[in-house]
Parts: sequence; structure tokens; C-alpha cells
Amino acid sequence: MKLEVKGLRGGYGGKPVLDGIDLAVEPGTVATLLGPNGCGKSTLLKMIGRILMPESGSILLDGKAVGQYDTAELARKMAILPQLHHAPGDLTVEELTAFGRFPHKKGRPGLNAHDREMIGDALRRTRMDHLRHRPVGTLSGGERQRAWIAMTLAQEPEILLLDEPTTFLDVCCQFEIAELICGLNRERGITVLMILHDLNLAARCSDQLVLLKDKRVFRAGAPPEVLTVPNLREAFGIEAKIIPNETGVPYCIAVGSVRGETQ
Amino acid sequence: MKFRLMLRSIPGRFSVLLVLLILLAGSMLLSLSLGALKLSPAEILEILWTRPGGIHYQILYNIRLPRIFCGALVGAGLAVSGAILQGVMRNPLAAPGIIGVSSGGGLAGILVMLALPQFSVLLVPAAFAGAFLTALLVYVLAWKQGVSPVRLILAGVAVAAMLGAVSSAILLFNAEKAGGVLDFTIGSLTARSWKHLQLSAWYLLTGLAAAFLFSEKLNVLALGDEVARGLGLHVERVRFFFIAAAALLAAASVSIAGLLGFAGLIAPHIVRMFIGSDNRFLLPGSALFGAFLVTMCDTAGRLAIQPSELPAGIIMALLGPPFFLWLLRGYRYEA
Repeated sequence: MKLEVKGLRGGYGGKPVLDGIDLAVEPGTVATLLGPNGCGKSTLLKMIGRILMPESGSILLDGKAVGQYDTAELARKMAILPQLHHAPGDLTVEELTAFGRFPHKKGRPGLNAHDREMIGDALRRTRMDHLRHRPVGTLSGGERQRAWIAMTLAQEPEILLLDEPTTFLDVCCQFEIAELICGLNRERGITVLMILHDLNLAARCSDQLVLLKDKRVFRAGAPPEVLTVPNLREAFGIEAKIIPNETGVPYCIAVGSVRGETQ
Repeated sequence: MKFRLMLRSIPGRFSVLLVLLILLAGSMLLSLSLGALKLSPAEILEILWTRPGGIHYQILYNIRLPRIFCGALVGAGLAVSGAILQGVMRNPLAAPGIIGVSSGGGLAGILVMLALPQFSVLLVPAAFAGAFLTALLVYVLAWKQGVSPVRLILAGVAVAAMLGAVSSAILLFNAEKAGGVLDFTIGSLTARSWKHLQLSAWYLLTGLAAAFLFSEKLNVLALGDEVARGLGLHVERVRFFFIAAAALLAAASVSIAGLLGFAGLIAPHIVRMFIGSDNRFLLPGSALFGAFLVTMCDTAGRLAIQPSELPAGIIMALLGPPFFLWLLRGYRYEA
């Protein structure tokens, strides 16, 4: 599903957090939003996911404005996983996953064969099927995140929006989640737009990196074009070393902060 | 642990609902049979079936039966109202009183009883209107590009404090006439008749049916506004619908039995401990258990100090907390 954002402006009332955002994500690709805290990454994702209303500008999904879709119709094409989510602790993994079928049910009670198939598939794909009867409250951080991703998968989305899916997870779980998301993109052609803080993880699994700064897109492009020493100094205020590796994915290490000097 | 998991399976949940239904039927039968006039279940059924007239029939049909139905409906209404509000607000402390229904219904009831004592017919509709309008006011006050649960709770508490102050002031200056009012503020089912039931039963039944019908949407709302929107739920619309349903239920309950609010707080929690927070089961379960709880409290109140009686609200407030706390200690429970 192709996503286009044009001249987007908006925020939380009063001063806009974003102003003049232009962005395009091609169908079947993975794009990652990067930028310092408070630069508006989450705001942008929420506006695309119609959780927040923009002041002006347009968001198009396959050429049709997000606002023109019926909200349930949109939910059958686009799934969004916010950064902070909370489920009643006694909900089981399977029950949580089943919520992904809500937009497809159109008020019909219970689950039909296709619903069950999609729930089973989502649980298997996220390797949560052996935990399907476990209450969500008893899961580890990584398992819980996989359970939530299973819910978004059961939604059968064509585009998936993820707000910091790896935050609060240990290194191994971060990798696992990143692998899962990239796998979904490769195998099922799901378009992904996500927010990550780990630059190297982002570079590894994204076709496009989008660096935000000062309310707009500062740089967007393939990882080697975006992760450069001047870009990182400008956007994050860090002095970085970029180590090219054999796969062509740049690897960067922060070696110091230059924030004090630039301001 | 095994047993608890079993309860939360689908057959387990239906079994719990069935047990609650049996408990409720048993408590209603018990309440019919006990009192100054004691009757066996067989006698009760015979009298209600053949309708022979006479004093026994009058006591059963025109005194005990409407009172039991009033109590059961009020209990169901308050408990479902509480369950809905706990879900909508994502707050375990939410109860009907939190959206202003108790304070609004209370003030309206007090005004009618003191200013227009000759028009006691007005008590039920006035308490209902006061409760419902206050809930609407709280909702409007909490509105700012949508209603957040936290703002709603705070607006509710603030409005309740103000209306409570007005009620207290009025009562202070009318202390000599405050007797009947006290009954209302404690919550009581004394001398409730078919007339009371007629006025409010339809609101209660409508509210219960609407809540049960759309309970799955309440489940989606419980995942948080952002996730719910992502799943295609009209968050504000659904939230308004459920708050209106909760207000309707609580207002109708308050108009019959006064401020019996505690049932609305504990009944949903107790049911949740057993069958979990899936509202498709929690709402009917709360209705049955709330009805059972109020019926039992009213029966106990009638029998406690014969020939006089204690209001159901007092029994509820005396025995409810220890029972609740005992369950809370025994169960590992997160609302």
C-alpha cells in the first residue's frame, strides 16, 4: 500500500509539532522514522494512523485521503501499534489476537472459520501459538510485544505502523522483533512505517530512513545516504563514526556529543 | 490456579453465570418466604399460581414480590453501571457515584421530599432527572476535544462535592423533616411497590439490554483509545453511548432505591475475580450478582431487628466490605 504525506502540519493545539512534512513510502517497503526525542515522530505516526487530526496537509493511502476512508474500512487495511499499550492483565494471548478481527466482523458476534484461521496464522507467525492461553499480564516484555504484533497481524493489514516496537526490550528481543517485522514485509509484502531509536537496527531492516528535525523531514533516503557523519551531527547533535560493512549497511557508533557546541 | 483458569474458559464462564442465576433465584425465593409471615416455597408457588386473594396473597404479591423485583433490578442496574464505568474509565475505583448520578439524584430527591412532600409521586422521576442531568453535565464539563477518562473522573468528583454541599446545607436547615430523606440517602427498599417498578423498570431493562448487546465494543475500548481507534472503533461515540447507558442505569436505580451505590463498586469486582474482564460475560455476571447482593441485603435488613427493619444500604455497607476484603486477600487480583 502506497503512503504519501504532503505538507502535513499539526500538533496538540497551539504550536505545531510538525510543519510541512512531505513523505512517501512505496508499497512493500520498510520505512523508519528517526530523530531526537520530541521531534514529532510519534505525532506523525499518530496522524497517519488517524489517531490525531492534522491541522492541514494531506495523508494519502493508495491515492485516497485517510479521512475519506470509513474508520473500520481503514482498520482492515492499516494496523497501528502505539508505543504504550495496556491490556487487561487477565486477557489471554489468543483473546488479544482475536481483537485484530474486530474491524472485519462488522458487528457479527463470535468468530467464523476465516477469523480463526487468521488468528491461528498470526499466532504461529509471531511464534506465540504455544502461549496462546497465557494471560497477557504474565508474559515477558518480548512475548508481550509479539502478542500485540500478533493482534495487528490478525487485522490482515496492507500497511503496518509501529511506534517504537523494540523499546524496553533486551538486545535479543529487539533483534527478534526486528526480524519478525522484516520477515512480514518480505513474505507478505506488508508495507511498514515504524519508529526506532536504535540507528543500526533501523539501518539493517529499512529500505528508507526518514530523519526528522525542526518540525520537518531533514533527510530521507536509503540508509547509507541518511546515516552520515554530518547528518547525525546536525540532527542528533552527536559526533559519530560510520563503519561501512560488507552488506552495504552502514554501522554507526556515537563517540561524543556536540550539542553544547552547536547551540 | 487450575480451577481459576477453568473458570475463565468459555464453558467455565457460562457455568459461573448459571451458578449466579441459581443464586439469584434462590435469594428471591428466600426473600419471598421469610419475614413476619413465613411460607414454604411450595406454599409460595401455590399462592402465586392460583391467586386466591386474601392476606397471604396480598403480602406476597403486593408487598414482597414488587420489593424483590425492585431490589433485584436496582442491584443489576447499579452493578452493570459500575462495571461499564470501570471499563470506560479504565479505573477500578469507578462506580456510579463517580459520574455525579448519586449527588444529582440525591439533591433532586431531597428537594422533592422537602419542598413538595405532597407530591411524592414526583420523587422517582425527579431523582431520575437529577441523576441523568448531572451525568450529562459532568460529561460536558469534561469535554475538551473528546473526553478523557481522567478528566471525566475529576469533573465527576468536583460536581459531586458541590452538589453534596448544597444537599447538606438544605438538610441542615430542615433537620426536623430529614427523616424520610435519610432513608433515601442510605439506600432502602422499604415499601417499594409495583408503582416504583413501573416508573423505572423500562429504563433499567433498556439500559441492561443495550449494554449487553454492545459489550464487545466496550472490550475494544478497554485496550486504550489509540489501539481502539486503530481497530476502527468510533471511540468518542462508543464512550458516550456507554456513559449514557451507565447514567441511565444508575439514575433509574437511584430513583427507586436511593443511594445504594456500594453495590455498583464491589459487585463487578467480585464477578471479575472469577470470570475475568471480558465484558460479554462480566456485564451479565455483574447484573446477576448485583441483583443477588441487593436481594440478600434487603432480606437480611428486613429480618435483622423485627418488627422494625434496617435499610438495605446499611446492611450492604456493613457486610459488603468485609466480604469484599476477604475475597481480595484470597485472590491474586488485578482490576
